Amino acid sequence: MAKEIYSKYPLIKYLRKEALPTALCPGCGGGTVLNAFANAVDGLKIDPKDLVVVSGIGCSAWIASPYFLADTLHTTHGRAIAFATGVKVGLPDKKVVVISGDGDLASIGGNHLLHAARRNIDITVILVNNMIYGMTGGQVAPTTPFGAKTTTSPYRNIEHPLNISETVAAAGASYVARWTTAHVYQLIESIKKALQVKGFSLVEVVSQCPVQFGRRNRMKEPAEMLRWFLKNSVPVSKAKKMKPEELEGKFVIGEFVNRERPEFVTELNKLIDEVQEHFGLKGE
Amino acid sequence: MIIRGDEPEQVRLIKKLYKPGNYFMQGNEAVAYGAIFAGCRFYAGYPITPSSEIAETMARELPKLGGYYLQMEDEIGSIAAMVGASWTGFKVMTATAGPGFSLMQENLGYAVMTETPLVLVDVQRSGPSTGQATKGAQGDFFQARWGTHGDHPIVAVSPTSGQDAFWETIRAFNIAEKLRTPVVVLFDGVLAHTREQIRIPDVEEVEIAYRKLPANEEEARLPFGDPHGDGVPPMPLFGHGYFTHVTGSTHKENGLRDVYTPEVHDRLVRRIHRKIEQNRDVYEKYEEHFADDAEILVVSWGVTARPALGAVLKAREEGIKAGLFVPKTVHPFPGERMKQLGKKVRAVLVAEMNLGQMILEVQRFVNDDVLLKGVNKIGGVPLTVEEILREIRGVA
Repeated sequence: MAKEIYSKYPLIKYLRKEALPTALCPGCGGGTVLNAFANAVDGLKIDPKDLVVVSGIGCSAWIASPYFLADTLHTTHGRAIAFATGVKVGLPDKKVVVISGDGDLASIGGNHLLHAARRNIDITVILVNNMIYGMTGGQVAPTTPFGAKTTTSPYRNIEHPLNISETVAAAGASYVARWTTAHVYQLIESIKKALQVKGFSLVEVVSQCPVQFGRRNRMKEPAEMLRWFLKNSVPVSKAKKMKPEELEGKFVIGEFVNRERPEFVTELNKLIDEVQEHFGLKGE
Repeated sequence: MIIRGDEPEQVRLIKKLYKPGNYFMQGNEAVAYGAIFAGCRFYAGYPITPSSEIAETMARELPKLGGYYLQMEDEIGSIAAMVGASWTGFKVMTATAGPGFSLMQENLGYAVMTETPLVLVDVQRSGPSTGQATKGAQGDFFQARWGTHGDHPIVAVSPTSGQDAFWETIRAFNIAEKLRTPVVVLFDGVLAHTREQIRIPDVEEVEIAYRKLPANEEEARLPFGDPHGDGVPPMPLFGHGYFTHVTGSTHKENGLRDVYTPEVHDRLVRRIHRKIEQNRDVYEKYEEHFADDAEILVVSWGVTARPALGAVLKAREEGIKAGLFVPKTVHPFPGERMKQLGKKVRAVLVAEMNLGQMILEVQRFVNDDVLLKGVNKIGGVPLTVEEILREIRGVA
């Protein structure tokens, strides 16, 4: 059965077959993200040889490394963006993509996320926000909704979740969009845009974790979680006219920013050119 | 595939920028120029006393050579960026001190596990914690060895002067490249800020090593294999279409994760150890002064080796048969030579700016009938010739 799926799936050419089947739980949103990413790469006709995918630690970190067939760097917890920064400086002509989770990129790795956005380095980050620590057993995350139950907030979560997209937009990214796994086509389009933007781009994907999150919050079935996303999604344009209390518990979706700013590696190379020019070091 | 800094253009640039001759400079600057001569063209770091002049020198000089200076948001990001850059073919370095070195430990382990060449300069300062931020110390001897978790080998070198720092930094790069491994340079705050005469050589005088690249597709498909039997896998760089998978998790020869099979972990970690053990000739280095006929042997390293030599010379003037043994590569410890010397002497004094760290390594290699004593000083001020001499006289 599994074998048939692999052979019929047209985007199988983008996957590392020897690493399959994936370790993701049934009903996980990670498959949707991998599918959307492969679709975006296929749609843009990007040669996987021109891709380097970097990830940290956690379920979502596995989506692209090892499963995506490209140069892949599976790093330490929280540091994927910092590793990717070194890769991008070394390979400015390649697409450097980070795919990892909310706990990885926005909690332990929050500092790197902010500073990469500030530098506006040309990296595309696909941040899978399942609102929980999945791999370690469903502990509370900085993205867990207020009031939600987890293994370490068994009574209810009394902390407010971090609004990742707004934070990264404020930090200076060139492109920021948020969708849920129930908005697959919009998600693919956003990943395509993010891959083409010259600068730091973030696509936040609100994703279901029925096993760790749903189960403890009366949404055991993946479909129930997807329905929850759809019912509570509010487009950015509409959200602007709504009061903060009306937006409590809603998923604001759409593009947050799409703008041009000087890009880090380009500026770095420009600086090197200027310095070499100034000191008369250009090759004869 | 190309290792950056390898291009003939680089030789022209270095010749044009740095005329051979004597310069008056800090130890920190000597480290930076050593790195530049070794071919380092990527530096990612976070400022911390007493290492900052290394970053400042790199920020000023690297762009001239077409190299990259990145000031990262913290030390963890710095070593992470270095690993990323190393996989694209750069020779990379960072410099840090005390607390910064502590922060880098996890990714130092990552570099060991993924066999990523990099050079990490730890300009040792007083601790624990913030300690004396501006003062020198030699308290990170074991942090370099055992700072990161798990069973891991490490190579650490330790220069004894500014001039030595220039050459030892180059040697650190050469070891890192030859063995595809991170190398720690255990420098210290005293030498880092001491200005002295340092000779910058002609670039042609400098022997430079480059990492082994895959000879063919097959080798490239096994980024963690051992096709040459020396334990050192050729390194397929990113961006060349090999679809290399690199992970800090236990991985098979092809790079893919396998954390369930005991044999895979055993094979990988033992090979990484064997790689260091069986290539001792690549990194083992020590200095000896009057060691052959010594009755009292002073063992010292880094900054303390200088007053130690002074003390031994004075002791000889007084007719005391003292000698000096200075490991330049401190990890793995030159135990075989230590054992030989330990057999011939009556007393061994281990002088260092800590409360006794290298002495524990020395202890493993000398017999119980040898008087073993530490000459230790903390507080940020180096040991003096007189202080060490007094101890030599004490056991003479």
